[in-house]
Amino acid sequence: MSHLNTGQDAKTESITPNPMNNETLGKHRSMLAIIVTKFFQNKLAVFGLIMLVIIVGAAVLAPFIATHNPNETSLGARLHEPSAEYLLGADNLGRDLFSRLLYAGQMSLLVGFAAMVSSTIIGATVGAIAGYFGGIIDGILMRIVDIVISFPNVFMLITLVALFSPSPFWLIVVFGLLSWTGTARLVRGEMLSLKQREFVLAARTLGLPKWRIIFSHIMPNAIGPIIVSATLAIGAFIIAESTLSFLGLGIQPPQATWGNMLSDAQSIPIFLNAWWFPLFPGLMIFLTVLSFNFVGDGLRDALDPRVVEK
Amino acid sequence: MANTSEALKSEMPESKHDEKILEIKNLKKYFPVKSGILQRTKGHVKAVDGINFFIRRGETFGLVGESGCGKSTAGRTITRLYDPTEGTIVFDGEDITKKKERHLFNLRRDLQMVYQDPYSSLNPRKTVGSTLIEPLKVHHIGSNLKERKEIAQSIMQRVGLNPSFINRYPHEFSGGQRQRIGIARALVLQPKLIVGDEPVSALDVSVQSQVLNLLDDLQDEFNLTYLFIAHDLSVVKHFSDRIGVMYLGNMAEVANKKDLYHEPLHPYTQALLSAVPKSHPREVKKDRIILKGDIPSPANPPSGCVFHTRCPYVMDVCKQVKPVMEEIRPDHFVACHLHNEGTTTLS
Repeated sequence: MSHLNTGQDAKTESITPNPMNNETLGKHRSMLAIIVTKFFQNKLAVFGLIMLVIIVGAAVLAPFIATHNPNETSLGARLHEPSAEYLLGADNLGRDLFSRLLYAGQMSLLVGFAAMVSSTIIGATVGAIAGYFGGIIDGILMRIVDIVISFPNVFMLITLVALFSPSPFWLIVVFGLLSWTGTARLVRGEMLSLKQREFVLAARTLGLPKWRIIFSHIMPNAIGPIIVSATLAIGAFIIAESTLSFLGLGIQPPQATWGNMLSDAQSIPIFLNAWWFPLFPGLMIFLTVLSFNFVGDGLRDALDPRVVEK
Repeated sequence: MANTSEALKSEMPESKHDEKILEIKNLKKYFPVKSGILQRTKGHVKAVDGINFFIRRGETFGLVGESGCGKSTAGRTITRLYDPTEGTIVFDGEDITKKKERHLFNLRRDLQMVYQDPYSSLNPRKTVGSTLIEPLKVHHIGSNLKERKEIAQSIMQRVGLNPSFINRYPHEFSGGQRQRIGIARALVLQPKLIVGDEPVSALDVSVQSQVLNLLDDLQDEFNLTYLFIAHDLSVVKHFSDRIGVMYLGNMAEVANKKDLYHEPLHPYTQALLSAVPKSHPREVKKDRIILKGDIPSPANPPSGCVFHTRCPYVMDVCKQVKPVMEEIRPDHFVACHLHNEGTTTLS
């Protein structure tokens, strides 16, 4: 404990007064507080966040909000227009559109979120290893990324989904396996630039272990871009799921998703006579993806360290 | 160890004793230039190309040179952030040139670095406290968090930071304060040698002098030796005991401060010194030496003496033979054909 105190107490007094001690610092705010403030200054991002809270909330609370059984058909109610009983109308089998939308939201959001988590974990791990260690490891991993990127995505999706049963689980696995490349490149780039920063060199000079430098010093500084790309990815996965469902290769009926609801509505008579049937599922996809993009953009600005440091 | 160096200090006048804490012999650091899909090496950037010098315990060695001359690379190679290509680094009687990363752990305690940029040298996601406490924990100094926190706070106090700011983030501090945090971080393990990689060049002039005074006070208090890398000759002049001048990865001249400033022997040192702005009109030299041309690329340095393309006294031998470092006068080393072997004299 005598480590640093030798003769110090006596000396501290005699040396010229510390000019820094009395200097006032700005109000003490944590990094998080700054990021939150920054985020809430962005009106579009706040709008997106509110929308997402409503959409996710509605999907989670579907059993309580839904007015009908989402899969219950009623011949009398076929293409019923919006009314007090059928809030947003009914589809071609007389199922309540509002209730179906809520349950469809559960599935769409689940697939989007789970696919995002799996692709981010794969991408961030590959990118971090490639970026930090460099050399041959980097070369091999990045060539794998190049190969995966070169796969024709839609074709691969259709083939893989056709091979495995088009269950939500396999959908998530396929999405995860095909779309981690962007995150990997992003994280690798962040690693390459961050590992040259002087605070990482300083951590090495201090003798800190490698894993500690990667996970405790570098990763927290790369988390911003990862979160942003993950947020944007959810939107992309919801679109992808809708596309596959629209083609009949996604989640199978009767389980509703926004995509297969749209697919049910694809005929001219329905378009002309029952505008509510294609409109509302389309609107849900549109609003959800838009909100994720707004939130992603807001996070990008809020997490940008250049903005934070000012 | 501390006792012996105390004793030495009291017996001998400042920096006169000969114990070398760091000795660099023929140190080289080449960076491979790679290209193509197979990453084949196409050549080397010779950032440091065989430098020799030593630093005595307790002194401040200034390493100067223009941007890109390899002085920072030299500093980072000496602290083993880079692996040396060739040569030897003897630190505190131990050859650390070839040591592997995991064997360098104990060295890390004794050999610390202060970085140039007070912004990028601090982790923006870590508080001052965790920046200072983490190394203590890794090196098993202090038995619990409370003790380590006390050590961190006493160091903060010592470098002129309010210890109550221990939970603040770097962005809440000014540039000068941040550099003090960087100094505290280098000091917290109680090293023997601190390499300062242009530690004040990013600061305002008024803050520069505060930080230099702080470094000076700390040197006496903790028996520190400094390797002070800078491009500002006037800063180095006030701060260093001995000075080395680098040019294009090579050491041109090493001498104590007085000799170097009053009798520079190498033409490059002479040119460099003539470029220092003078504050007093009487001191303004009329014969300012202007070097022609640009600094050559370290990827393809000139043959012979690397300075021959710009040297006003260039001779035939300079273009073919690389001059070796020789001690022309006591404690005055120079690598120049004008002075080696006494064959030529300055006109």
